[in-house]
Amino acid sequence: MATERPNQLFRNKSSKIAAIPMIVTALFVFVGGTIWTVVYSFTKSGLLPRLNWVGLDQYERLWATRKWLVAIENLVIYGICMLVLVFVIGFILAALIDQKIRFENTVRTIILYPYALSFVVTGLVWQWILNPEFGVESIVRAWGWESFSFDPLYNADIAIYGVLIAGLWQGSGLVMVLMLAGLRGIDQEVWKAARVDGIPTWKTYIFIVIPMMRPVFITTLVLVVTGIVKLYDLIVAQTGGGPGISTEVPAKYVYDMMFQANNLGQGFAASTMMLVTVALIVIPWAILEFGGSKNRG
Amino acid sequence: MADASTNALSGPQGPKPRKMLSRRNIFLYGTLFVITVYYALPLYVMIVTSLKGMPEIRLGNVFSPPVEVTFQPWVKAWSEACTGLTCNGLSTGFWNSVQITIPSVILSIMIASVNGYALANWKFKGADIFFTILIFGAFIPYQVMLYPIVIILREIGLYGSLGGLVLVHTIFGMPILTLLFRNYFTSLPEELFKAARVDGAGFWGIYFRIMVPMSLPIFTVAMILQVTGIWNDFLFGVVYTGPETYPMTVSLNNIVNSTQGVKEYNVNMAATLLTGLVPLLIYFVSGRLFVRGIAAGAVKG
Repeated sequence: MATERPNQLFRNKSSKIAAIPMIVTALFVFVGGTIWTVVYSFTKSGLLPRLNWVGLDQYERLWATRKWLVAIENLVIYGICMLVLVFVIGFILAALIDQKIRFENTVRTIILYPYALSFVVTGLVWQWILNPEFGVESIVRAWGWESFSFDPLYNADIAIYGVLIAGLWQGSGLVMVLMLAGLRGIDQEVWKAARVDGIPTWKTYIFIVIPMMRPVFITTLVLVVTGIVKLYDLIVAQTGGGPGISTEVPAKYVYDMMFQANNLGQGFAASTMMLVTVALIVIPWAILEFGGSKNRG
Repeated sequence: MADASTNALSGPQGPKPRKMLSRRNIFLYGTLFVITVYYALPLYVMIVTSLKGMPEIRLGNVFSPPVEVTFQPWVKAWSEACTGLTCNGLSTGFWNSVQITIPSVILSIMIASVNGYALANWKFKGADIFFTILIFGAFIPYQVMLYPIVIILREIGLYGSLGGLVLVHTIFGMPILTLLFRNYFTSLPEELFKAARVDGAGFWGIYFRIMVPMSLPIFTVAMILQVTGIWNDFLFGVVYTGPETYPMTVSLNNIVNSTQGVKEYNVNMAATLLTGLVPLLIYFVSGRLFVRGIAAGAVKG
């Protein structure tokens, strides 16, 4: 863009001043903060951060703590279910809306509004709807199915699925919007050609349209995955990690260790593990997308 | 599901006339109707529950419409509901959220727009490196940076205050907003910029007289994105503020999940609805711009 203009070494002073907040944030908060946390995860910090090294002790203790293992297990269950379902639901919704329907705006507005709400609000509403005394369970029982049981938030075995229901309700609208944008970006000629060749619609979707939407799928994937790793507010509001510790998640473990249990070292080690998880996803993606020559302007 | 859309396809030009009540249409609109009802239901539940009295709630279920409409729960949620020791309702949290959101939105948009403009039109050596770090920073789980920021805020004396939270929101809003503004400014015709340079306009002159007036839509998008994002934040609120300065989402959680006393579901739902009201209003009023905001950083990739 701005490369052919000469003699801007001095004129560009304002530009550098304008970029100071970005430079400070990037270096001190993002890079500095991350390094700081990783370094202190090798110490015995308790109430206050202190530099007394203990090597990998914090990590050993972390992976021997049941609450952390439950948290990881929950994140895996929630993550896989969320990922699969949010894509399936989001794509089907987008495909349905893409059928040149009437009231398209109304339908889209209703499906997306949960995304405008906070996780706290989402969690509290679903806590109320899933309440066995007054919610879904009591209604189905009132219809005559006396033995019907659906109390995810009170049953430790399935509590995480109760959270999943709320998470899907909140997040599927976003995927729908992104997928719809992707579908609208497909050249109509592709559809025509497929029709001329007599390929059934569902085959066109799976073998032609979806592969063409690869960039949209990848960015959506990155968005969804980073969102899953951050899962915190929804749990706090909907279940508080309970019943027992059955809906603990890593982000909550970090918060509890740092700000309630005065065990900073554990918190740092746990958050470093979260960082590693995200890095394992984001770095391959970044290499795939932007690797080689930089041509994003 | 894909079978549902067999025959769904019609060319872009001259759609062939079809019957309104074909099997396909009944199936399509039926499915869409069920789906929209499902998505709308929680909002409906919030509204009806918040308008019922407690005796009525104990008799019925969450979906039954109120027989006797009462606004008492709303009043109570706003000014009397208890969180542990204090019983001030949500009003304190609401005003805290207002005091957090307004300066955070203004500050973050100011910084990010100037920064995006510098990156788009006045690129200097090394700018891209910092920008790349910034974008990658957006993927780092917040938990990793929670404590270092506690230390920074403590050092500058803002820990536990509204000002500290404003700073935090400005920092974490920067990646997405900078990307948004940079992409937008890059898409503006370069001739405009060059012409202004020939006329002798400088960095700030071009920014204020050309870029800002030409970019009002993107400023609106950024505002929507930030207002809803900051209003809905919970994690930063609970970490960086104290009981006096809790934002609305944190007070809401404390009210509803407080273990003391009898659970008043109607008050809880009124409080929940009150907290969701601001982003909902923005969402329903802004319509397409909201969608543009969330798609802004995403679809470009």
